[in-house]
Amino acid sequence: MERALIRPIVIMGAMYAFLKFVLPNIPGSAEIPASLIILYLLLTLSGIIIFETLSAESKEAFWGPLQRFLTGDNIGRLQPLRYGILVLFPVLVGWQTYHATVPSDRPPAENRVIHPAPPGEYTGLANPVPKTPENIMQGKGFYAAFCSPCHGANFDGKGPAARGYNPPPANFADPTTIAMLQESYLFWRIKKGGVGLPIEGMPWKSAMPRWELELPDEWIWKIIMGEYDGAHQAPRTWE
Amino acid sequence: MSHVVDRHGAWLVSLLMVVGCMILPAIGFAADSTAAGPTEYRDIPYIGSRNLIWIVAQLHLLLAGFVLGVPIFAWLCEIIAWKGGEQRYDKLAKEFTKLLTSAYATTALFGGILLFLLIVFYPKLMNYLTDIFFPSFLLYCLLFLFETATLYLYWYGWDAMQEGGKKTLHIFLGFLLNFFAIFIMIVPNAWATFQSSPVVISEGTAIERAWAATWNPTWWPINIHRLIANVVLGGYICGAYAGVRYLAAKTAADREHYDWMGYVGNFIGVFGLLALPFAGYWLMREIYQYNQQMGITLMGGFLSWLFIIQAMLIGVLFLGSNYYFWLGITYRIPGSENQYRKPILWMLISLLLCLAVWMTPHSLVASIEEAQKMGGAHHPLLGVLGVMSAKMTVSNLMILITFMSFVMYWRAGKQDTAPWARLAKAVMGAILALASIAVIILGVWGYFVPAIVRINYFSTSQVAIVIFVILTITPLTALLLKSAKTTTDMVWGRMPPRAGYALVLNAVMVILLMALMGYARSSSRVHWHIYGVMRDTSPYAYSPALGSASLIMVFCTFFFCLLVAFIFWVATMGDKAKGVQGTVKQDLPHGIPAMAGGGPERGEG
Repeated sequence: MERALIRPIVIMGAMYAFLKFVLPNIPGSAEIPASLIILYLLLTLSGIIIFETLSAESKEAFWGPLQRFLTGDNIGRLQPLRYGILVLFPVLVGWQTYHATVPSDRPPAENRVIHPAPPGEYTGLANPVPKTPENIMQGKGFYAAFCSPCHGANFDGKGPAARGYNPPPANFADPTTIAMLQESYLFWRIKKGGVGLPIEGMPWKSAMPRWELELPDEWIWKIIMGEYDGAHQAPRTWE
Repeated sequence: MSHVVDRHGAWLVSLLMVVGCMILPAIGFAADSTAAGPTEYRDIPYIGSRNLIWIVAQLHLLLAGFVLGVPIFAWLCEIIAWKGGEQRYDKLAKEFTKLLTSAYATTALFGGILLFLLIVFYPKLMNYLTDIFFPSFLLYCLLFLFETATLYLYWYGWDAMQEGGKKTLHIFLGFLLNFFAIFIMIVPNAWATFQSSPVVISEGTAIERAWAATWNPTWWPINIHRLIANVVLGGYICGAYAGVRYLAAKTAADREHYDWMGYVGNFIGVFGLLALPFAGYWLMREIYQYNQQMGITLMGGFLSWLFIIQAMLIGVLFLGSNYYFWLGITYRIPGSENQYRKPILWMLISLLLCLAVWMTPHSLVASIEEAQKMGGAHHPLLGVLGVMSAKMTVSNLMILITFMSFVMYWRAGKQDTAPWARLAKAVMGAILALASIAVIILGVWGYFVPAIVRINYFSTSQVAIVIFVILTITPLTALLLKSAKTTTDMVWGRMPPRAGYALVLNAVMVILLMALMGYARSSSRVHWHIYGVMRDTSPYAYSPALGSASLIMVFCTFFFCLLVAFIFWVATMGDKAKGVQGTVKQDLPHGIPAMAGGGPERGEG
């Protein structure tokens, strides 16, 4: 096979190996879902096609052998392979179709909305508790008593009970969680818990208790202040 | 010839009759939903009132975008021809203005259908809107009169106003056309944005109430966003038209002409595209600030997946536009392939990396096993790429890369002769490198500051940096090229067929994007006709599943492409007829504008 054809195959193989075996093993990383691997591989393939078809010469070097192979134009000993692909292709399609439709006991991939929109009555709320060191300290105390078993003493979602839950409790120290939200959003989530998630948040997979049954609103607001302070984050505001 | 026209006419009439026959029974089925009291809703079977309104509104908006984008495009081309003396720009402007009369009528037709359907299906909502906006309804009618009169004068006066002061008057008419067109856009924008972010005052005169409702929080962000998007749409549709004509061209002269036209269309599309993400970001910021619920529904809630699809579509658009530039370098400038292959490779890799970041969702689609291994729906390492700081950074970098692609294309085939060329290139390189580094630093820093600092200062600084790069490198390059020696002349008409397909793909992506984001903006109101003011109590007060919604978007895209093809076909029918009639016009000197209604097609085979 010509070099122009081998190169793309090597690049695709290397990219797959990187995504499947290298990236997950970097400290702090984890296995990458198939949906993301496919996305990145498609991008790589697009890049290869774009680059290899930039000029008439490179296009011929890249696409010419493929075209000749597919049309059987003077390919000599590769002819049986061509017939092999002719047979293999429908078999692959059939195999894929079978696997996509066969009944399975595996749960489907999740497409859960992590941040459903809050009800209208919670959107305009501001924290009524003054932001004083005492209130923040008190909030941290409430947090330690009610929240830290799951969300962790370090606000990192790694409390002693966290391992029992799927999905795991939120990591507040991650700048992509509570730092993206307004305080009123947290107030709603703490108050209503997992059972208070709207239809949009299906399949309602959250073990978060409905704290309005046990805590007064003032305590919840103080917990929110304590959370932000302890996680070294700031709530989203518009001033 | 008349036989050909008759045949077309008969075909058209038959088609219209068939469509009419199909629609009539559906209207007959329209039924009141309530027996007593004023009717609030009506419905029709099978398709449903909401879907019908959705399709007609989307088609009307796309047509309006085309009708408002093309005059900007045509007027700019006319000014370039007027100031620079290159008559082919005038011809191009005229070729597109010719489309306007039929496109304008089609847009108005869909606007009329939309209005009737709204009155029929949503009388309660229309009563309310009329009560608030009736002064601007009247203004809108007046604007239509002015726009129509100006359009007729602009088009039919093209040939008569070619010389001296008359040309200046014609350019002024073009200005007026665009002036009225912009108002025709922003007046109904107020009605649409009022539904999302209403401002209702109970006291005051009718004009005061209408004005308060008009000046609502999302009105100007939408106005700016749509204005830029219309330029992009107009440019890319021009490109697609040129692409199709290029693929079908049978003579070298046609290939040259349509290759050049494709370049101009792509250039104008890219020119608008560079500014579009800024306008989009501003709009989303205003929506989020106006209402947290709406902002989260769009950016974090069930509509957030649309933004991943949006990233894919914009990605294809950026890749397609750059690919077209790069093909232009390798095919139009002979011998330049080896010189630019390496820079193109690095640009491509950078673009793909940026795209990979833009397309990475915050919450990933994962099986139970995969989610368990990740420790949730967020990947511990790649999850950070899913938020706005990362998206904003890569979109700015992609704009920079695309701009540099254009600069590279601009400079290709030329050799600098200015003594300060070395210094200028070093300065430009330094500006680009420093700007890219600054954009990345701000992007990373954005994770460690409160959201408001990132939104108000970091993101705007990133945009300002990119604008600074564009505003410094463009005049510097122009100055350099003024004294540069052309080493290889640009050869038009040599582009491969895939260049034409890339142009068509770009146009389809823009249309799909508009359909997608139109759905997102409209759906963010969820079960409200007018957010927080008038609730949707019809059976359609739910958001359709994204899969169902995408079917409607695809249908709108397909149907709009058909409509545009029809408009182009109708507008060029006369040219073909003239081309067949005689060859006398082909002897006209190159660049002489054609008679109104048809251009001198060169060697139409």
